[in-house]
Amino acid sequence: MAGLKYLLFLGCVIPYRIVSYETSSRKVLERLGVELVEMPEFNCCGLPIDSVDHDAMLVLAARNLCLAEQQNLNILTLCPGCAGTLRKVNKSLQEDKKLKERVNGFLKEIGMEFKGGKIAVRHLIQALVEDVGLERIKDAVVKPLTGLKVTEHNGCHVLRPAKYIGFDDPENPVMLKRLIEATGAECLDYMYETDCCGAPIIGVNDKIPLYLAGDKLRNVKAVNAQALITVCPFCHMMFDINQPRIERLLSEKFGIPVLHYPQLLGLAMGFTSKEMALEELRVDATKILSTN
Amino acid sequence: MSEKKQATETKLRREIKMGDLDPKFKSEISKVPGSENIKLCFQCGTCTADCPIARFSEIYSPRKIMRMTQLGMKDRLLSSESLWLCAACFTCVDHCPQGVDIASVVRALRNMAVKEGIIPDVFRELTNNILKTGYAYRIPELRLKNRVEKGLPPLPKANLEDVSKLFDIIAVSKVKMEKK
Repeated sequence: MAGLKYLLFLGCVIPYRIVSYETSSRKVLERLGVELVEMPEFNCCGLPIDSVDHDAMLVLAARNLCLAEQQNLNILTLCPGCAGTLRKVNKSLQEDKKLKERVNGFLKEIGMEFKGGKIAVRHLIQALVEDVGLERIKDAVVKPLTGLKVTEHNGCHVLRPAKYIGFDDPENPVMLKRLIEATGAECLDYMYETDCCGAPIIGVNDKIPLYLAGDKLRNVKAVNAQALITVCPFCHMMFDINQPRIERLLSEKFGIPVLHYPQLLGLAMGFTSKEMALEELRVDATKILSTN
Repeated sequence: MSEKKQATETKLRREIKMGDLDPKFKSEISKVPGSENIKLCFQCGTCTADCPIARFSEIYSPRKIMRMTQLGMKDRLLSSESLWLCAACFTCVDHCPQGVDIASVVRALRNMAVKEGIIPDVFRELTNNILKTGYAYRIPELRLKNRVEKGLPPLPKANLEDVSKLFDIIAVSKVKMEKK
């Protein structure tokens, strides 16, 4: 277990709007003995441009993978979008010789070459479950969140498409639940748990995602959960930052705190709410602290 | 029924002229990596039944997009708003009994629409942001300063020379980035 070391791929949306996810992740990982190496430079993972030009997505992703190959380190991402994209491209380029040749033809122009087979890409929760291990996480819990009842929202790209991701069961995901239970909190089931939050189409059509996320919040409230736990900056934006907007649109009050998983784990590991940047959340999350 | 709604209904049920269909379109799409199985769609509707977006949209139906692709209704597809409503959650990809990578077909259609100059503002902006900053969002200087004050490592500057060179080679810059 000693010597867990990753190259942190931060992506764009976390430094743009969801710094609390980064702050809490860094603190928690450090305490768990995971070393994060900063990328000297990187660019967007490529996902947002896939709809505009598939080749542009491939080269942006491949360029980031090349940077990781140069460092000879596995990538850790906090964002499922980055994880899914980099993972998919890493796998496709390794398996499809022709595609690899074509992409390397582009990369040659900037003096880079994707070798393949050298590095792996991991999302935070995959690294926590498969590399750090649940036992080690349980051992690090000093203030178990006994009595706290929460729900989870995985984020699509942590799980799907199954043929590229190969982590957990997309139809009945349990890994994030196990991670939540490791903190001493209880993780409740709710309707439409594995459904998308809708965030990717914000900007094209805002109403559909707001209704969709609102429906999920309603289902979370229906099981009397005290919080919703996410592991994706986009999902978090949808449920936390957009929650007041959803409440106005639906004329319904939810008031459901939305925490990044590392914030929840951090509290159980004895970090203060300030250290876990709880005050940066839009929906007041301090009320969950009084329950334990 | 309001006049506006009636007009929309009529538009939706617009008559299909055989001469407007492109019989080779499905083959064109099936050559795009990921979209190989488009011809295998047998219209079971699993994709639409399991689509979270379709639950909240009256116009979005991945099943319909697959059928229109098979029929070669190219112009109508590429100019359709619903083409941009897929959230890429990949539920349909995991569930399709015929192994059609529906999200890849939608992506192939979007790429084609962009080549014809049809691109929603939000995607135009994301593309421009990547070209100008390396990142999908323009992160304000103050926020970059704030993160360092909080004790977080500074966000590195992206290699814009590399990014713009790559965009040039694959001709992304040819996409009409100015608003129409």
